[in-house]
Amino acid sequence: MSEAVAIRAPAIRREPGKFGIVPPAALLALLFFYPLALIARQAFLDDSGVANVAEIVRVLHSRFFLNALINTVTISVAATAGCLIVGLVLALILAFVPFPGSGFIARLIDTFIALPTFLVTLAFTFLYGSAGMLNSGLMEVFSLPLPPVDFLYSTWGVVLAEVTVYTPFILRPLLAAFSLVDRGQIEAASVLGARPFRIVRQVILPAAVPALIAGGSLCLLLTVNEFGIVLFIGAKGVITLPLLIYGKAIQESAYQVACIIAVINIALSLGLFGLYRFAAGRLGV
Amino acid sequence: MLVWSRSGRAVLWVLFALIFGVLFLAPLAVILLSSLADQWNGVLPNGLTTEHYADVVKGAAWNSVKASLITGFLASALALVSGTWAALSLRLQGDALKRLLGLLFFIPSAVPSVSVGLGLLVAFSHPPLLLNGTVAIVMIAHFVLISAFTFGNVSAGLARLSPDFEQVASSLGARPAYRLWHVTLPLLAPYLVAAFGLSFALSMGELGATVMVYPPGWVTLPVSIFSLTDRGDIFAGAALTMILVVATLVLLLGLERITARATGS
Repeated sequence: MSEAVAIRAPAIRREPGKFGIVPPAALLALLFFYPLALIARQAFLDDSGVANVAEIVRVLHSRFFLNALINTVTISVAATAGCLIVGLVLALILAFVPFPGSGFIARLIDTFIALPTFLVTLAFTFLYGSAGMLNSGLMEVFSLPLPPVDFLYSTWGVVLAEVTVYTPFILRPLLAAFSLVDRGQIEAASVLGARPFRIVRQVILPAAVPALIAGGSLCLLLTVNEFGIVLFIGAKGVITLPLLIYGKAIQESAYQVACIIAVINIALSLGLFGLYRFAAGRLGV
Repeated sequence: MLVWSRSGRAVLWVLFALIFGVLFLAPLAVILLSSLADQWNGVLPNGLTTEHYADVVKGAAWNSVKASLITGFLASALALVSGTWAALSLRLQGDALKRLLGLLFFIPSAVPSVSVGLGLLVAFSHPPLLLNGTVAIVMIAHFVLISAFTFGNVSAGLARLSPDFEQVASSLGARPAYRLWHVTLPLLAPYLVAAFGLSFALSMGELGATVMVYPPGWVTLPVSIFSLTDRGDIFAGAALTMILVVATLVLLLGLERITARATGS
């Protein structure tokens, strides 16, 4: 009898463990999902609780929204493409043509993940701004009357800054994938007379594809959501969806418009997040 | 080794140095230089000065250093507790629920931070939960945004942990609470430290949600840097950015050393 009680006791004690998930889940629900639901509610219903289709249609057809959407998509696609190219070139050299200190350099690039994104924009102002180092140098050398380099306050300035900030997110999975590539295979191909380009194409790239897809979709997600870089560039023509939400809510106090745009921005982000999870799960990155 | 010829390697290394120099080294170097620049009208500064740092330490900017450190510490501590709690209790759930909840805990990292801030403004601007204009709403915004990363890091650490230790402890009669405190958490410690470090770094650099919700008396470093540069005071902005970078790096390096000592590597 006493034995039976002793055996059953742990089972009873384990029960509360199952409900242990409730406090953190409730916290998440209250602080994240409840506000998210209110954004959706404010986007679709007006103050009296009636669906406000007219307002949604007006926002979706407005010039400021379409411009922001086009800017967001252009910037994130271009920046992701840039990250993929730069990340691949850097990873190939770091992994297969290493130099003294390349391990340290790889770690240094890694720490960029922890630094705030707007730092790069601020630095670019000093480097490529109208009174920056590059322009002053060119004006001095060629005695030009006006600054010749003028890409910083455009879409391309944002793209270049985002490439800098998000390349580490490609580099990290790529280096991990490359560390698993069989060096013997590369050396054998090389001894048999294969040119480096051919080895990269036929041996290394196939191994890199999963990391490129997963890293690329993560970059797309992060660049769609990027705020600091665009805010710091401060160019009037470069308004993305997050910047538009900030402008409508804080500067114009137009919360309903901000909520409608936020719903679209969130839907876009969650779609990309799904893509990333699918790619990462499928490819085992 | 992929390229055997000496010249081929040299060409690739020059290419690497160019990309690395332009994209990564130059921005950091130039922020450092500008934070020390007296005046900067040509290619290089006219002179060097530590005046910007002195101004920053004297002025209201010092309050933003404090605001950022306190916000980062509290939000990261809360995220660590809730993320660890969630990751540990998720192990006891059935497979379907585990997958669903695991996904839900990750979603905050995928939502644009400006929208997280907007949501908090919409939700907590009226009673019974009137938080708009308080310091708490800044903490909450940071907590929400970093909680997914903490949860992810701790879950990943937990997945790498061998279940043997816990099973042995359990078979020796250790109760769940004792097992958690004396076996699981110590084994998990390096991952917890790493998670805390990453959360803190993310919180220090957070801008999107903070700029939506911050009250006048609680201006974090990134917001402060933005208002300085927006006003045209870019040298002070650069000095404050250097403080942010150094604080973040010192923190990360320190935590890395603790982790290294804990894992004995």
